[in-house]
Amino acid sequence: MASVATRRSAETWSRALGWLSVVLVAISVAMIFLYAPSDRVQGAAQRIFYIHLPAAWLAYLSFFIIFVSSIAYLARRHPRWDRLARSAAELGFVFTTIVLLTGSIWGRPIWGTWWTWDARLTTTLILWFIYLAYFMLRAYVSDPERGARYAAVLGIVGFVDVPIIHMSVRWWRTLHPEPIVVRAEGPAMPDTMLQTLVVTLLAFMALYVFLLIEKYRVERMKDELAELRLQHGV
Amino acid sequence: MTAARQIYAIVRKDLLLELRAREQVTGMAVFALLTLVTFNFAFDLTGADRAASGSGALWVAIIFAGLLGMGRAAAIDRQQGAWEGVLLSPVDRGTIFLGKLASALLFIGIVEALAMAVFAALFSLPVLHPMVLLVVCLGTVGFGTLGTLFSVMAATTRAREVMLPVLLFPLSLPIVISAVRATTLLLTDRQAEVGPWISLLLGFDVLFLGISYIVFGHAVEE
Repeated sequence: MASVATRRSAETWSRALGWLSVVLVAISVAMIFLYAPSDRVQGAAQRIFYIHLPAAWLAYLSFFIIFVSSIAYLARRHPRWDRLARSAAELGFVFTTIVLLTGSIWGRPIWGTWWTWDARLTTTLILWFIYLAYFMLRAYVSDPERGARYAAVLGIVGFVDVPIIHMSVRWWRTLHPEPIVVRAEGPAMPDTMLQTLVVTLLAFMALYVFLLIEKYRVERMKDELAELRLQHGV
Repeated sequence: MTAARQIYAIVRKDLLLELRAREQVTGMAVFALLTLVTFNFAFDLTGADRAASGSGALWVAIIFAGLLGMGRAAAIDRQQGAWEGVLLSPVDRGTIFLGKLASALLFIGIVEALAMAVFAALFSLPVLHPMVLLVVCLGTVGFGTLGTLFSVMAATTRAREVMLPVLLFPLSLPIVISAVRATTLLLTDRQAEVGPWISLLLGFDVLFLGISYIVFGHAVEE
């Protein structure tokens, strides 16, 4: 169990990060709608891209965090690694959902369809299903220690599998005799767009780290509560 | 005792259980055949382009039957504390995994042999081609590897019948895609394009055999 001093300093940092993300999110929203120019071809719909891209990065970053903490958990068996994996999984699921929803909203006016079986879309959908399996697995195992072990196994196997899923879906589509949806946004972005994207990315990152720390603290409290309950036979 | 003899002992135990109780292979085989028959009504498997949907039907039958069999195998192992006996035996966890995988592959293989013979006869497709058999073997190894790992985990959860497909289907997607594609290409006489799919299957098998061999010990700690 961490000492009181470390906890307090973590709390201060987390609070600072929380305020930083509030400021950054406010700036990035202003930049997305007021500063960044409208896309000549796509119009206002392109602005969803500033949310879509950072969310996609965080969805995959979360799975990477799960992968690393799963290995660490199986090697060390310290509950802190399991808590980190749990926290990252929940955030990853939220961001994967955001990616799918924003992509769908953008796809409707631009591609003329809510969904297409493109390689990236399909991989992200499967990633979403793997996250779902991850939560179900934890929920259906009564012993928390065993649940943590099972989740770690799924975290490792799943992470290794995602690139292969992507590859297989890409081949499936490219070998398939159908036109491939062109997604190139034309030549390089103007500077104002790039600046907006960088600020939004920073805002998402700050928000992500803040949420991860807070989620981790909640998970630790849950564990401590369960332990206290066990001790006092409630 | 060498690893090969230990694997043989596990397979022998599973085979003996199956010969006496007949709980797995019969059920899997009937299920696979019924899937093929049902697919015949869902898609037109008699037309000119039956090779394209036919390979899909064949793989759905194989995968569903395999799922059923592996879930059943793990449940049988749980009965009367038999699994504890296996774990208490002086056998390395990785070797236990290979033994369970070998018996899963044996049972699925029997069902596949039957299903493919019936499939070839019912839909008059040249499915008993050596390359098709290679694809079926590679696909089954990949699917069986993940299935063996996850069925042992799913067997100790609540709602285990639900848990196994939820774990297995998304993660075995590369197997499904490449096996169906490769089979379709072979059945439509396009052997030249099948190379990348076979390497994908092979790569998947090698990678996940290695990973499952390593992590299986963590999944079965009691």
